Amino acid sequence: MTTTPTADNGVNTEVLLGARKALADEPAGAQFTWRATNEWLHATHTKATVKSYYGLGAEQSHKVESTFELDHPETFGEEDNAVTPVEYVLVGLGGCLSGGIAAVAQNRGIQLRSVKATIEGDMDILGILGADPDVRNGFSNVRVNYEIDADASEEDIEALVAQSQKRSAVFDIVTNPTNVTVSVTKA
Amino acid sequence: MRTSVVVIGAGQTGLAVSYFLSERDIEHVILERGSVGQSWRSERWDSLRLLTPNSQSRLPGHVYDGDDPDGFMTMTEVVAFLDDYARKIAAPVRSGVSVTSVRRRGSAYEVVTDEGTWLADAVVIATGACNTPRIPAVAGGLPDDVVQVTPADYRNPGQLPDGGVLVVGASASGAQIASEVQRSGRQVTLAVGEHVRVPRTYRGRDLMWWMEVSGRLDERYDDVDDIVRARHLPSTQLVGTPERVSLDLNSLTAEGVRLAGRLAAITNGVAQFSGSLRNVAKLADLKERRLLEFFDEWAVEAGIDDELGPVERYEPTRIEDEPPLSADFAADGIRSVVWATGYVADHSFIDIDVLDRKGQLKHDGGVVTASPGLYRIGLPVLRRRKSTFIHGAGDDARDITEHLAGYLTSLAIDEAECAVG
Repeated sequence: MTTTPTADNGVNTEVLLGARKALADEPAGAQFTWRATNEWLHATHTKATVKSYYGLGAEQSHKVESTFELDHPETFGEEDNAVTPVEYVLVGLGGCLSGGIAAVAQNRGIQLRSVKATIEGDMDILGILGADPDVRNGFSNVRVNYEIDADASEEDIEALVAQSQKRSAVFDIVTNPTNVTVSVTKA
Repeated sequence: MRTSVVVIGAGQTGLAVSYFLSERDIEHVILERGSVGQSWRSERWDSLRLLTPNSQSRLPGHVYDGDDPDGFMTMTEVVAFLDDYARKIAAPVRSGVSVTSVRRRGSAYEVVTDEGTWLADAVVIATGACNTPRIPAVAGGLPDDVVQVTPADYRNPGQLPDGGVLVVGASASGAQIASEVQRSGRQVTLAVGEHVRVPRTYRGRDLMWWMEVSGRLDERYDDVDDIVRARHLPSTQLVGTPERVSLDLNSLTAEGVRLAGRLAAITNGVAQFSGSLRNVAKLADLKERRLLEFFDEWAVEAGIDDELGPVERYEPTRIEDEPPLSADFAADGIRSVVWATGYVADHSFIDIDVLDRKGQLKHDGGVVTASPGLYRIGLPVLRRRKSTFIHGAGDDARDITEHLAGYLTSLAIDEAECAVG
C-alpha cells in the first residue's frame, strides 16, 4: 500500500485507523446498535426518524434528528407521498459503498474527483402479491454501476470498489442472511 | 382401441372415478403404468404410514372394516386396501401400460401408450399430485461429494452416509425423515421455511377427526379465500404411528435436531439459511392456536364440548437465541442432503394447449375448460380441502363423473343433430 499525502477526499482516516487499533483492545466499545423509528400515517404512508444510536459503550446522538417518509407509488394504487422502502435499501447500499470508496481511496492516497453510482434492484412483484409461491418477495438481482474519476489507474479504481464492497455493512446485509426478531405489544 | 373414457392412473382417485363411471354404465378403461396404487408401492419410505386414521380409509363402496379405527396404515396395507377395492368394483385396470401422450383428435382424444393408442371421448387424469420431487435451484451449488436424496427415493437412514445430514423442508416428509435420521445417530440440521404445526391428537381425538367433522376439509375450492396459497400450503407436520405421537419442531429439537432458517443459498461449500426462523415458527404457533380455537368453538356449537377432553394449548416453538445462518458442508461434516421440498405434478405428457407457463394444468375444479372432455382429479384442493386425502377421492370423483356424463350426453346430442342436419 502506498500513501500519497497529497490526496484529500475529506475522510478522517486517522480516526478510523485509531479506532481500529483502540477497539481491537477493547471490543465492548465496538458494539454498536443502530436504530430508527417508524410510525404509520395513512394507507401505506409512514414516517421514520433517526436520532439516537448506541456505540463506544454509551448512548450517542446525531447532531440533528432526520425524518424520512415512505410510501408506495400510484402504480400500486397508493398516493406516492414518498419513495418506497425498497428504494431506501438501494439508497443505503449506494451510500455505504460510496462512503467506503472515499475512505479506502483516502487510505490509499488516491484523489477522487467524482464518484457517481446508479443502484438498481429488480423485483418480480408476483412475490409480494402472493400470486406466485415460487417468486421471492425481495430483489431478484441488485446492480450497482459506478462512474469514477480519480487520480489512479483503472485497475486501482476497480480495486477501490472491490475493497469497499468487502468492508461494506450494507453490502453484507443485502447479500447475507441475518436473524430478524419482530416483537409486538398492544398499545 | 376405442372406449368412451380413458382414466389414467389406478390409485384411489382413478378407482373412485371408475366406481362412478360403472354406476352410470359408462364404458371405460384405467391405464396404469405399474400396478394398482403404484406410487404407494414404489415411491414411499419404509416407515411411512398414512397421515389419516383407518376410520378415514373410505372410498365409494369400500370402507375399512378392521378392528383398529384409530391406527394408521402402512404402505403395504394401503396397497392391499386399494387392491381389494379394485377387485370389489371390478375396475377395468390395464396394468403395466404407460401413457406417453394425450392429444386431441377432432372432438375426441388420442391416448398414446407404450402398448398402442386409445381413442376416447373423454380422459380423466388421475396420476396423483406427487410425481416429481421439487428440488430448489440452490441445489446447483452443492459440493459434488455430498449425497442427495428426495423423499421419492429415500427409504431409511441406512441409505445415507455416516455423518451430518441437512434435511431441507419441515412439512410431514421433512419432519418425519429428520426425526428418524437423527435417531439413527446422524446429526440432522433441519432447514425450516413456512410450515404447518398441528398436534396428532387434541382433546382425546385425532387431528384428522377434528378436520373432518368440523367441516374444515369440505371447504370448496371456489370458497377458499386464496386458492393459490391453499394449493401450495406445505403438508401438516404429522406422522402416523401406533403411539399417535405429535411431530413438531419441539419434538425434533428434543431428539437433538438442530433447526435453521429456510435454505437461501449454497455458495463455496457453505449453506446459508434465512434469518426468518423465529418468524416462521411464530406464524405456525399462531395458526395452530387459531385452528384449536376454531375446533373448540365448533365443539360448543355442535353440543359435544363436554364429551371431549380438556382444552389444551401447546408450548410455543423453542428457537435457540442465535439460530445458525450457515453450515459448512466440509467443516461441519455434513455428508448428505434430503430435499423434502415438495413435489410437482407432471403434466408434460399432455400435448394440448392447457398448461400454464410453468407446465401446470389450467383447470376449474378438475374440469379442463379449455379442452372439453378432459378432466383432472387428485391435486391439492382440486375441488375441496380434502381432495388429496383418500376419503376425499369419493366426493371429487362423483362431481367429476357427473360433469363428464353431462359432456358425453352433449356429444351424443351434437352427433344426433349432425345426423338430422
